[in-house]
Formats: sequence, C-alpha cells, structure tokens
Amino acid sequence: MLQLKRQKRLSMRIRTEELSKTYDRKHRALESLSIDVNMNGIFSVIGRNGAGKTTFVRIMSTELLPTSGRGYINEMDVVDQADAVRQDIAVVPQEARPLPWLTPLQTVSSYLMWRGYSYREANEKGKEALRELGLEGKENEKSRKLSGGQKRKLMAATVISSEAHIVFLDEPTTGLDYLSRKELWQLLSRMKKDRLIILTTHYLEEAEILGDQIMIIDHGKLVDLGTIDNLRNKVKLPYVLKVYAENFKLEDDDVQVHPVSERETFVYGSASKIYGLIPYLVTNKMKFTVEEASLSNIFEQYLGSAEDEENEEEDW
Amino acid sequence: MRKMKRKIGSQIMASILVNSIYAMINYPVVLINTLLAPLAILAVVTFASKGTLLPVAAVGALIMNMVSSGTSLQQDLSHLKNDMRLQDMIVSSPTSSFIYIIGMAISEIVYSIPTLAFLIILNIIFVKITVLGAFILFLDMATIFTFSISLGFFLSTFTSDIIQSWGFSGILSPLLTTIPPVYYPISYIPYPFRYLAYLSPTTYASEIAQSQTGYYALSTSGFATAWLVLIAITTVLTYLALKRSRWREI
Repeated sequence: MLQLKRQKRLSMRIRTEELSKTYDRKHRALESLSIDVNMNGIFSVIGRNGAGKTTFVRIMSTELLPTSGRGYINEMDVVDQADAVRQDIAVVPQEARPLPWLTPLQTVSSYLMWRGYSYREANEKGKEALRELGLEGKENEKSRKLSGGQKRKLMAATVISSEAHIVFLDEPTTGLDYLSRKELWQLLSRMKKDRLIILTTHYLEEAEILGDQIMIIDHGKLVDLGTIDNLRNKVKLPYVLKVYAENFKLEDDDVQVHPVSERETFVYGSASKIYGLIPYLVTNKMKFTVEEASLSNIFEQYLGSAEDEENEEEDW
Repeated sequence: MRKMKRKIGSQIMASILVNSIYAMINYPVVLINTLLAPLAILAVVTFASKGTLLPVAAVGALIMNMVSSGTSLQQDLSHLKNDMRLQDMIVSSPTSSFIYIIGMAISEIVYSIPTLAFLIILNIIFVKITVLGAFILFLDMATIFTFSISLGFFLSTFTSDIIQSWGFSGILSPLLTTIPPVYYPISYIPYPFRYLAYLSPTTYASEIAQSQTGYYALSTSGFATAWLVLIAITTVLTYLALKRSRWREI
C-alpha cells in the first residue's frame, strides 16, 4: 500500500569520504568515516552511547554540517546540494513525537504537505498510511491518546508514507516494550522494499533481525560494516555452544566459557572447536544446542565486554 | 525517479494548519485565550478613564495583538524545534527555512483572526478616522507585525527549551505593550520617563496610530521621525533574524 509509485531504481546509495564532526572544537563525534553503501533495505547503525550514530544521521539528513569530509546521498553532496538531497530523504529524529494537538491523520497529512503534496493528496495518502498502520478508526482521535508504540509507529509511517527514497530513523524503538517493537519491525520490514531505511538502534537484536547490512561504529570511527554473516565470519568465536548441565567445566584457551547459571553454560568458539566438543557432550548425555553467534556476541567481540562498555561510558 | 515539485502553497498551508487551524479546531478554548489578553487591558483602561480612552485603547489593543503574534511565534518555533523535534523533520524535507517561517508567521495572524475581527469592529464603531488615516493605520500594524515576527524568530534561535522561551515572552509582553503608551497617549507620561518610553518600538507605532485618531498631536517631522525609527528598527531586526537563522546546525 505504501510502496512508492515511481520509476524503478536499482538501489540507493549513501557514501561518505573521511566524514568528521567535532563539537566545540574538542569533542570528536565522527572521525574520518568512509563508507559506501549501495542497497535497498534496512541499514542498521549500531554503537555504544555517544558512538556517533546520531551525528552520522544528522549530517547525512542535511540537519548538521560536518567539520570536514564529504557525504553523498545518491551521489548528491549533502552540503552543497542539500536542496536536491532533501527531495529524496526523510527523517524521524531521536526524540520526535506527534504533536499532541493533532490527530494521526493531521500529523501524516501536514508532513506530506510540507513535502509538497496538495491537501487532498496528503489526506488520501495519510488515510492509506494509517490503514496500513492499523490505526484505522483512530485517525481522528488526538495523538496524545495513542500508546507509546502507536506514536512511534505514527512517526515512522509519517515519513514512510512520503515519496522519500531514503529514510532515516534515529532510535525509533527506544523505550518501547517488546511487542510494540515487534509491530514496528513488521512495519519497517514491509516498507523497506524500494527504499533504503537507515536505522540507528541500541537494540542489537533489532539490528540483527532487521538489518540487511549492519554498520558498527565506536568513538566516531567505523569498526566494521557488512551483513550479519560477513561480520560473524570476521570474529574469532562465531559459534555458541549452549550446554544445559550442572556445573559444566571446560578449560581450553581457544574458547570462551560463560557460566550463565549452575545449569546453563555458554561456550563461544570456532566451528571446529565447538563441533569437536559434541562427542564429549553426547557421551556424557548432556543436553546442548549449537547456534551461530548473535549480533550481541559479535558486538562484544568487536568492542569488548559489557563491563568494558560501562567503563567507557564512565570515562565519557 | 519522480521528483516532487515544490508546492509552496501547500508548504505554507501546512504551517498554518498545524500551528493555528488544527489547534483551534481541536482545542477551541485557545480562541478565548487569544481574545482575553488585549481585551483585559482594553477593559481596564476604558473603565479607569470612564470611557474617554476607549478609542485609544481599541487601537492599542490592535498593536498589542500584532506584538503578541511575535511573542507567540517565538514560543511556537521554540516548542516545535526543541520539544517536538518537528523542525528537524522539516529541515530534511523540501520545505525551505523561508517558506517555513512565512507559513508560521501567517499562522499567527490566522490564530488571532477572531480577536482581530472583534477589535476591527470595535475600532470601526468607536474610532473616528479618515480613509487615509485607516490606510496609515494598516501600514503601521503591518510594520509592527513584521517587527514582532522578526523579533520572535530572532529570539527563537537562542532558546533551547520551552522554559527559556516563556522567559522571553514574559519579558517582552510588558516591555512592548503594557508599560509603553500603547493603551494610553504618550502625553500622559511625565518627563523624564517619557524618554524611556521611546526605547520601545511600540511607542512609535502608537504615536503614529494615535496621531491618526486625533489623540496625540504629532508634527510632520515627528510623524516622519516615528516612521523612520520604526522602519529602521524593523529592518535591522529582520536582517539580524535572517542572518542569525540557522536552518542547518553547525
């Protein structure tokens, strides 16, 4: 329903060359970030607090000027050709929410009018967007009466109902419960066809489920970028053996052993190491499962443990 | 790829709908709010002067209404930018900063249409004025409106949250409308306080208005000076507002 009616474009492109941003001449939020992403779908951007995710989004969505370097949207410079870029992009900032005195229909339609649609077109598209969103029947209620999840979905639908080919969503699910997040994920999954959705998130599970490509940044620098499989293939411990046995012990320098509880232990290691342990577990009649490392595991391997992360934040 | 043609009319209309019409439709109580402030002072001045200052106060209420548009704009822009993050969404859209501000400025006038209509009727009934005088009064109102909108926009670029924004409004309202001779003739202010009154641009607007309604005798040179000062202040403020405006942050 909300698919774009336009000429087919193979894929969208965002590119940066040594993109840097320094606030107040001392705090470096982005440092020489160079990427070239040519795709449709969801591009997840993950990183710790203050990693530079929002700064990246704000520069690429023409809200913020970079200190140095270049950014391009479909080969248009985000600084010099901002007006042209703005025809093609839409953004929902981190803390954006619907104006409480507007109804959902007024929220969507007025945004579309700011994008240049006529009142009638905007209303028609707005109704269509709200139907797609499952907010039919609530279109004329005041937005303040919507639940937190519905408000977030409304903000996402507001930009997605537009003609924009590249949509920036800065932490759209922060603070939502699991079910509300899941609803938004379903919406984004439906909407990603023919579009590039740049999604920043703190929820690694979300980035893993939705992200066709994932970018990890830390301290404003690119750590890595690729599909979940690409990233997994680059880490030392791409598999997880979950052992459900009392006081399971293992000493091996090539694996990492994390006791979760007295009856549950996770062992991270390479495929050969993990599969090499299976005969021992079978012989000893221990229950187990083998899984690929999740994005959380990969993220920790790239950036250090959660403990390190807390220390980093304290330093920040 | 289909490029959206910029439809400036739609973009301006969006600002008007969001900032005034939808607010008035969804919360009719705001209509009373806009009407109350100018009428309250009008009533006090009229009763205190036993009706003799009603025509002056009626014109003064018009001036106050124009100034209120600017202070409201300052609050609205600040709220939409800092609290709702709406401005960030507009920055990344085909709407330009100029069109957005024009739309928001018009929305303030639309918002005060009920008050304006009431005050215009009041002026027609109680204020004796020639056709030329009415035209001069219109130009006077347009200039003070431009001044207040520029001031509101200029201040909104400094505010980082709504509390700060309320602070500015709280200062502006008495300094520009309650204390200066907007609701009463400047001749009522004894020297040397009268010199202080000339620090407010609304004093010049009032002088011009009151000279047309016969409540203040203004020489030709005084009339010209009042216009000159009013236009000069408005021009400088508009220039500063445009120069200061940062559509995209640095």
